Amino acid sequence: MIATARHSGESRDRMPPARCLRDAVPAFAAMTMWVLVSCLALPAAAQDSLPPAPYAYQQLEDPALEARAQALMETLRCLKCQSQSIADSDAPMAGDMRHQVRTRIAAGEDPEAIRAWLIERYGDYVSYKPTVSATTWPLFAVPAVLVLLALLILRRRLRRAR
Amino acid sequence: MIAEFGLAALWLAAALAGLQLLGGFAGLRPGGERLAALVRPAAVLQALLCALAFVALLWLFARTDLSVALVAKNSHSMKPLIFKLSGAWGNHEGSMLLWVSVMALAGGLIALIERRLPERTMLATLGAQAFVGLGFYAFLLVSSNPFERLPQPPAEGLGLNPLLQDIGLAMHPPTLYFGYVGLSVAFSFAVGALLTRQVTPEFAKVMRPWILGAWIFLTLGITAGSYWAYYELGWGGWWFWDPVENASLMPWLAATALLHSASVLAARDALRTWTILLGVVAFSMSMVGTFLVRSGILTSVHAFAVDPERGAFILALLAIYIGGALVLFTLRAGTIAEGERFAMLSREGALVVNNVALSAILGIVLLGTLYPLLTEAFDVRVSVGPPYFNPVGAIFFLPMLVVLAIGPLLRWRRDSFERVQKPVVAIAVVALAVLAGVHFIAGVALLPLLGMALAAAVAVGSVMPLAGRSLRRLPLAVWGMVIAHFGVAVALFGMAADTAFQQERLVAARVGETITDGPWTITLAAVEPVAGPNWTALEARLEASYKGGEVQLARPQARSFWTPPQETSEVALLTRWNGQLYAALGGEAEGERWQLRLWWKPFVTWIWYGGILIGLGGLLALIGRVASDLRRRSARAQIAVRRGEVAA
Repeated sequence: MIATARHSGESRDRMPPARCLRDAVPAFAAMTMWVLVSCLALPAAAQDSLPPAPYAYQQLEDPALEARAQALMETLRCLKCQSQSIADSDAPMAGDMRHQVRTRIAAGEDPEAIRAWLIERYGDYVSYKPTVSATTWPLFAVPAVLVLLALLILRRRLRRAR
Repeated sequence: MIAEFGLAALWLAAALAGLQLLGGFAGLRPGGERLAALVRPAAVLQALLCALAFVALLWLFARTDLSVALVAKNSHSMKPLIFKLSGAWGNHEGSMLLWVSVMALAGGLIALIERRLPERTMLATLGAQAFVGLGFYAFLLVSSNPFERLPQPPAEGLGLNPLLQDIGLAMHPPTLYFGYVGLSVAFSFAVGALLTRQVTPEFAKVMRPWILGAWIFLTLGITAGSYWAYYELGWGGWWFWDPVENASLMPWLAATALLHSASVLAARDALRTWTILLGVVAFSMSMVGTFLVRSGILTSVHAFAVDPERGAFILALLAIYIGGALVLFTLRAGTIAEGERFAMLSREGALVVNNVALSAILGIVLLGTLYPLLTEAFDVRVSVGPPYFNPVGAIFFLPMLVVLAIGPLLRWRRDSFERVQKPVVAIAVVALAVLAGVHFIAGVALLPLLGMALAAAVAVGSVMPLAGRSLRRLPLAVWGMVIAHFGVAVALFGMAADTAFQQERLVAARVGETITDGPWTITLAAVEPVAGPNWTALEARLEASYKGGEVQLARPQARSFWTPPQETSEVALLTRWNGQLYAALGGEAEGERWQLRLWWKPFVTWIWYGGILIGLGGLLALIGRVASDLRRRSARAQIAVRRGEVAA
């Protein structure tokens, strides 16, 4: 599958901001709405003169490849939404990113390479899977400390019981 | 007039909270008896006044009094009455008024009926409740006055988003608020007990119904929120690890831990300090959740920093209450005598594992929710999502489930491996059989595979305490435990099965075309325009048949609202006992085709059935506990009467 120029990465620029519902909702309601209805902006066709990229709403023929693409899409953030992955958003930009992911997977690219490519374009924010770095190490250090702490508490209990 | 009346009632209630605080703490000192006598009446009166203020706000909304700023901003004269009323709490100011009203009512109720604890502990508790209340009164009166008038009333209100005019949505926030605020009672009891150093089983018994009540509301609120996300979003997801979801999950995790440790304290007089700490943490998580949602910090850390009035106020309250309580805890924890001891292989031991695991999961969720906000403040944006929360949480969740399957079978204090050997082996065999069966037949990813095996183990383990006991004479609280634990198994199985087996079909179909999705064959029979009161839509008629059986109709819609202009997807669900067919209609594709999104989601409904079972278990336990409290109380009263007769 060859991506046309129009649907390659540059497509981001032609996209109007997704109409995230919560912009229109009063603050309190937004509390419950956030996750829930964030980006219901309907198919690109409804608000965009261009039709959505072909693989935005179409699966790859090979189920194994589609499963790989799906797994990757579920871990990529829809940049125009509140806390939704590109796998569950109607925002046009998410559609374009799905197209990107599917065509690249179909071309045999490694999922992590695609992730790296997207991170390079959009920053760490696009990936829901934090990696260990100078800024994110506490995310991994704290759970490790918690494991140790939990074992320590249980051990102390065990010893005290004897 | 009504608005001014409401505001006056609110000020008076705040003043009474001040009196309650003063009386509570003066009453702890020698010679403070006269002030102490004022505490209970002040609490009751404060509750009444606060309730009146809330009724006044409801009244203003019912009449659509547009001279009140809040009504003009959030209501419209043509709305149905029920949505006018729900508009009263569907906004910042109104929801904060609801918050303090519920809190005042809870405080008033304890003041009115609770006489089991030493009076000093009660005074300290009611004082603490008033102290927390005062902060929220100040917040309301200083920065979020719900009764503010407009100099020039507009001709018509701005209305409420049509999507919010949904009965489920109208009830969802108050449900969570009841849970949040119910935990404030546990917090006050914990602070009261710390002040007087009286942590006893009786104390846990008094606190438990409040924890249970709050926990039931939180459970049902989270369950309903998840289902709502599932059918509203149109993509079949039911949990996103979104900060707003986490804001309701964190108090639930803390309350679940607290519930179990309070049970240990009530039954065995152990885990004293731990229960107190969890009491403080649970309500702290409620406040953190409120801060996250109310302050606007989630939308943008920078916007929050630029206009921080409300957010900063809540943050200050957070610092005072959480910080204060933790300092008090650190100072006093050492002076609270250690409770009864127990062996690790005992009911208490299992509950300690439960507590440690839940606390660790809470820590991870808190970290994953707050950390991106922290880095954003330094202009580094990172995302923490399911690929982080699922595996990292599983480190603690999976071992906890193992203990959950076995724990209820253990005896209090001390048990032996020999005694529980048989049932444990049975549970292990079931779990391993499911593990092997699913692995070899279906080949599923690791986490859902373990989830299904552990769901089976928990299901079997949860009903085992019923074996060999007279079901008719079993206390309601035990039924509650069994049903709630079984609910955990049901929900877990739903999550794992949906994750492992869901089948997705995204197609651009012509009218007349037939699509297969798992066991379903689905024919796109027609696409027609339809119209509602404030929307138009395209509606697809799908004729679906499960394994060649009877044809069922599904009608997903792509809706366009015009006030305000919005486009939404109304999904169609075909429910069977073993799952749901989930159909959504997208837009038109090239060549007179229509975008359809179809999912066969095996056992997905079990997630919410499980949630309901968990809540139901809590309810049974609550009824059982309250009923036995009442029985004991009336028995005691009868004894007192008889003694009186003898004396006479």
